[in-house]
Amino acid sequence: MSTAFLTLDGISKRFDPRLTLGDRIAARFGATVEDRPVRAVTEVSLTINPGETLGLVGESGCGKSTLGRIVAGILPPTAGTVTIDGEPVLHNGRKVTTRVQTVFQDPFASLDPRMRIGDTVAEGPIAHGLVTKANAADYVRGWLQRVGLEPDFADRYPHQFSGGQRQRVAIARALAMQPDLLVCDEPVASLDVSIQAQIINLFLELRRDLGITCLFISHDLGVVRHVSDRVAIMYLGRIVEVGSTEQIYRDPKHPYTRALLDSVPRLVLEDDALVEFNAITGEIPSPLAPPPGCTFHPRCPLAVDACRRDVPALMADGTDRLVACHVRAMERNAAATTALEEGR
Amino acid sequence: MSEAATPLGRFWADFKDSPVAVVALVVVVAIVVLAIGAPWISPQNPYDLGGLSLLDARRPPGHIGTGGYVHWLGTDAQGRDLLSAILYGLLISVQIGFMAGCVALAVGASLGVIAAYAGGLIETLIMRIVDLQLSFPAILLALVLVALLGQGKAQLVTALVAAQYAYFARTAYGAATTERRKDYIEAATATPLSRTRVIFRHLLPNCMPPLIVVATVQIANSISLEATLSFLGLGLPVTEPSLGMLISNGFVYMMSGRYWISVYPGIALIVLIVAINLVGDQIRDQLNPRLRR
Amino acid sequence: MSALLLEVRDLRTHFFTRAGVVKAVDGVSFTMERGQVLGLVGESGSGKSVTGFSLLGLVDPPGRIVGGSIRLDGEELVGMPLDELRRLRGRRIAMVFQDPMMTLNPVLTVGAQMTLAIRAHEKVTGVAARERAASVLTRVGIPDAAARLDAYPHEFSGGMRQRVAIAIAMTHSPGLIVADEPTTALDVSIQAQILHEMRELSRESGTALVWISHDLATVSSVAERIMVMYAGRLVEEGPTATVLRDPRHPYTRGLLDSLPATARPGQELRQVPGNTPSLLALPPGCPFAPRCVRASERCVEDPEHRVDAVRAFRCHHPLERAA
Repeated sequence: MSTAFLTLDGISKRFDPRLTLGDRIAARFGATVEDRPVRAVTEVSLTINPGETLGLVGESGCGKSTLGRIVAGILPPTAGTVTIDGEPVLHNGRKVTTRVQTVFQDPFASLDPRMRIGDTVAEGPIAHGLVTKANAADYVRGWLQRVGLEPDFADRYPHQFSGGQRQRVAIARALAMQPDLLVCDEPVASLDVSIQAQIINLFLELRRDLGITCLFISHDLGVVRHVSDRVAIMYLGRIVEVGSTEQIYRDPKHPYTRALLDSVPRLVLEDDALVEFNAITGEIPSPLAPPPGCTFHPRCPLAVDACRRDVPALMADGTDRLVACHVRAMERNAAATTALEEGR
Repeated sequence: MSEAATPLGRFWADFKDSPVAVVALVVVVAIVVLAIGAPWISPQNPYDLGGLSLLDARRPPGHIGTGGYVHWLGTDAQGRDLLSAILYGLLISVQIGFMAGCVALAVGASLGVIAAYAGGLIETLIMRIVDLQLSFPAILLALVLVALLGQGKAQLVTALVAAQYAYFARTAYGAATTERRKDYIEAATATPLSRTRVIFRHLLPNCMPPLIVVATVQIANSISLEATLSFLGLGLPVTEPSLGMLISNGFVYMMSGRYWISVYPGIALIVLIVAINLVGDQIRDQLNPRLRR
Repeated sequence: MSALLLEVRDLRTHFFTRAGVVKAVDGVSFTMERGQVLGLVGESGSGKSVTGFSLLGLVDPPGRIVGGSIRLDGEELVGMPLDELRRLRGRRIAMVFQDPMMTLNPVLTVGAQMTLAIRAHEKVTGVAARERAASVLTRVGIPDAAARLDAYPHEFSGGMRQRVAIAIAMTHSPGLIVADEPTTALDVSIQAQILHEMRELSRESGTALVWISHDLATVSSVAERIMVMYAGRLVEEGPTATVLRDPRHPYTRGLLDSLPATARPGQELRQVPGNTPSLLALPPGCPFAPRCVRASERCVEDPEHRVDAVRAFRCHHPLERAA
């Protein structure tokens, strides 16, 4: 896609267990040492268009946070490249661009407890020459106001704020770097429901006013649906389905997406309603020993032989949608053949 | 908000709650003030050999000497006024203790934090050397170094720093490996900020709490190490009597009833070390999240 | 046996901290019938968890139950000697925590812990206890339970560990289980499994459940009745569907409006302004008044309990009932 703004090309991330000197010596002498790598992310290719918000959804351990950290330039990928407007995010394992900024999940951990929040917000812009030291105070006040905080809060320390206010500070810190892409890693997961709504509204407002492109990582399908233009579903390190939010929530094609959507508890507003749960059976396999073939096959109601053997590729399924599923591909082929035969 | 605004303000508010620690802090401050003021408040300059009279040697406390003033704590074998000698000795102990403690803190903490942040070969190299050194008793290392370097304040401080930086490095390393995984470090890396900035502006300040605890203990330790070395005759030259040397000088007279020559410098040393340790204990309790109320 | 299982009257649990008295639970009253599932919702600091802990007498200093009464089967629990309370816990009232490791001992096998739990209240042989343990584990959906008895907690996944914790709570078929955010730490697919299983277990064994959660959706799918807490007080209580469909208290309305599910995607949510209040500096009268769009001068006075046909609420300016 030529319009793509952020491009992830074949990103993989393996965490090799760190062997100590003793382990290595023992291994040399033939001892068995646990050295299986964790494949957190496997061959992920994605694009985000300018001004778009892509929701990245998955359960714990699926690699969504690792992928987010790679995009944010915190972790170097084992393979593949991340480029923004054709410019690499990382060079020799060091982040070289300020155009990507991050908002983290836990606002209690993401702000330096020993720094006044004004200094926290000003630090990056000063270091990168976006503002002079002399003008930094006004610059910071402007951003604090922009995220709905009193400008005078600049002199306070993080412990003087509630979770929601801290998350606003974290957002101000990221925006003060004037980024083109914001990586939001579960930005509302640790907030109370009423505060969550405030932060979501702030996010929607800022995105509209500043035209920022966003990668929005969350396990909360409701929140993702609300803020995203497109959604990518991850399972055990791979993207299993990507498509527009509306398409995916209305008509999920991958069996995992469908099961995930079915698992979400809904608000029940009918008296004496007997709520049915269509829970997926089984557990998420360990990324230390992912199943062969399609990683979802042990839990999949539709699995066939091919699923146990080959890894399905992400393939177009209708307009603007990619699905990685053998069964879906076969259905598509069958439908195409029927159509062809009927046409004949 | 009734809470004090700065982290330091909150810390002091908690500290005030322990009367023992406050008293200990007052004692430490008093001793430091007395030691620094020694040249002005002590009746005699014990380094000025011309001012000493052998007629006053080994006099008991309360004796009025040839100088015409009362020797409240008695005199030693050279006829030095013990009170003056103790005040001057304290000055040396405090100087050496704080200098050694602070330099060891700076060196050790930097090494530990750098090792934790850099990882890989640098980490292995620094931490293995530190481990190796921690397996020797500090006193042994200090003894060897003083023997090699010779006598003198600078040499003594060097020896003490070399003997003690490893404790700081270990502590800083431990704290930094926990801190560096926290989001605010990742946030700084992701901005991106330079490595030096991340290490010294974010990582190091947040590793300070445990380091301050170790620092108080190590200052007390270097004071007692210095006293030990001086007691063994390896510390400072005889012309600059530190507490250890005073104790050592009086040791031979202990059994002949002239207890004061050893005992009073000993008491001064113990009071100083205990007071520093009590302050350190309170700081540790306050910084320990598990003991926090 | 009467249908009434639990009667809580004017429960007050306060924490005496250096900064002042935190009234975490301040005058909570409710009743529960046998086998009922009661949802207790609120945000952090609302006192929902402390209410749960108070029911089992598990409030640690500086916290203390300072007033009120908790009657389980007519027996008063407040002020009961600790050893009597211990005999009650596990047998007649049990707890499931958000983190199953609060219940599980990491150095004992699951089987050992379960036999201990069984033999704490019943005189049975080790072999019989083991059999019981295996059957309870099977009931909570752990496959190959007999073999899994010899596994340690760390050998189970998060969802399985929570199942073991639930099994331990179920061992003596207590009349009441207090579940504090039991599925919050779990993934959605596992959460759905556990929700389903706990509801079934409660139905089969007639165990009543207090289901404490911040998540209205999970509560709505398990609980018959719902209680909404704010700043240590109950603000609304009634049949779950009625309350959520047609709330009378503005805070309940605000909570519902904060859910993305209730708005069109991409549209601004109707948010509750302000922050959750500090329990050390509560305003006089209704604690929600500073954040409430309907508040008036009257709200500086404590609103009394009001009831309509099916529910109770505490508000001077309740929302009108939908037709």
